[in-house]
Amino acid sequence: MNQPTARYTGPAIAAHWLIAILILAAFPLGLYMHGLPLSPNKLKLYSYHKWIGMTVLLLFVPRILWRLTHRPPAPLPMPAWQHKIAEGTHHLLYLLMFLVPLSGWLMSSAKGFQVVYFGVLPIPDLIGKDKELGELLEEMHEVLSWSLMTLVGLHLAGALKHHIIDKDSTLRRMLPFGK
Amino acid sequence: MKINHIALSAAALLLAGAAHAVEFKQVDAAKSSLAFSSKQMGVPVPGSFKKFTTQITFDPAKPTTASTVLEIDLASIDAGSKDANDEVVGKQWFNVKAFPTAKFVSTGVKALGGNRFEAIGKMTIKGQTRDVTAPFTFKQDGANGVFDGGFVLKRMDYNIGEGPWADVSAVANEIEIKFHVVAAPAAAAKK
Ligand code: HEM
Ligand code: HEM
Repeated sequence: MNQPTARYTGPAIAAHWLIAILILAAFPLGLYMHGLPLSPNKLKLYSYHKWIGMTVLLLFVPRILWRLTHRPPAPLPMPAWQHKIAEGTHHLLYLLMFLVPLSGWLMSSAKGFQVVYFGVLPIPDLIGKDKELGELLEEMHEVLSWSLMTLVGLHLAGALKHHIIDKDSTLRRMLPFGK
Repeated sequence: MKINHIALSAAALLLAGAAHAVEFKQVDAAKSSLAFSSKQMGVPVPGSFKKFTTQITFDPAKPTTASTVLEIDLASIDAGSKDANDEVVGKQWFNVKAFPTAKFVSTGVKALGGNRFEAIGKMTIKGQTRDVTAPFTFKQDGANGVFDGGFVLKRMDYNIGEGPWADVSAVANEIEIKFHVVAAPAAAAKK
């Protein structure tokens, strides 16, 4: 166990921002592609969306292992309720950054479209083709995605509030190359 | 179409000439199947045709006299999802309004040794006719003859998928076709 430090560790920062960028790309792409009429372009965007999402799922594994073995820096001085909300949000973000891509993967399998990572690496189907289950999972994927985005909005608002109004180091200790 | 004509008359001649053999002619449509697999962005997507008719004359002792005519009802396609089914019957794909069926007419069958054979013939889809060679195996299952085979069809040879769909990086050019045909011996040919 590492001692808490003032800043997040390098791997924690790298994983945080990489996953944040991928999620912030996958979400609008998901919304956009969903409304398109069937075309080669749509097939391509679906694949890109799945590859981005599967990368999140892949990165989630080392990230959570790192998190479980490395304590985040001790909380900055703030009211207890704020700290509770921040922490609760973080836990839910971890849960959703896992459940959203997982539901996407399961949905693809249930709809009979295997995920082939970057068009070359076939990812096993965890469940068989099942039309109704596929539709249910699509629903879940949509609801979970919107929940994730709502929390990210709250999370972003909190980070900006600390940075701009409280002028504390909350954001800086998560930024790369900060001090 | 002249070529098809010749093929058909050749097939008719073969039919007439092979009257004495133990021939497999009565195709069991319920036990036969016609499946295919396309690749979309590297993802294999299985599909099938629910309705097709096959005429076969096959005598394992005299394979070179064999002949077959396969006719596919293209609107009976199951391409893996409802969206895809609606799309592929349209103008850019099969254009089933103008071209409701696809047809394969054999021009010859070669023995490859053992139970392996090769059917050679003409495939006509969407007004385009191309040479096709389809290796297959033949085995006897009780009284029935079972034919299993397949070949790779290049969809662009037949303009299947025009306009934006001509982009083979989204849907690959190569479509794998697999057939499974069960035929009973013709009653008349049992001597
Ligand atoms: C970080 C990860 C992900 C996010 C934020 C995300 C987000 C979204 C969003 C917002 C939609 C549109 C929902 C709608 O309007 O119905 C969507 C659709 C979709 N997602 Fe994801 N997704 C992620 C990962 C994945 C993964 C890993 C897969 C599959 C391997 C996947 C497969 C799909 C599919 C197939 C659809 C379209 C459903 C349809 O229209 O039939 N997603 N996603
Ligand atoms: C949109 C821009 C984002 C900003 C500005 C941002 C900012 C931050 C900051 C400043 C922290 C440190 C909080 C603290 O020290 O108490 C943090 C932590 C965290 N962020 Fe973000 N974040 C963003 C996007 C995301 C996204 C998209 C996710 C994932 C869904 C995410 C998940 C997390 C998690 C799980 C933590 C907690 C780390 C831990 O202590 O275990 N963030 N973020």
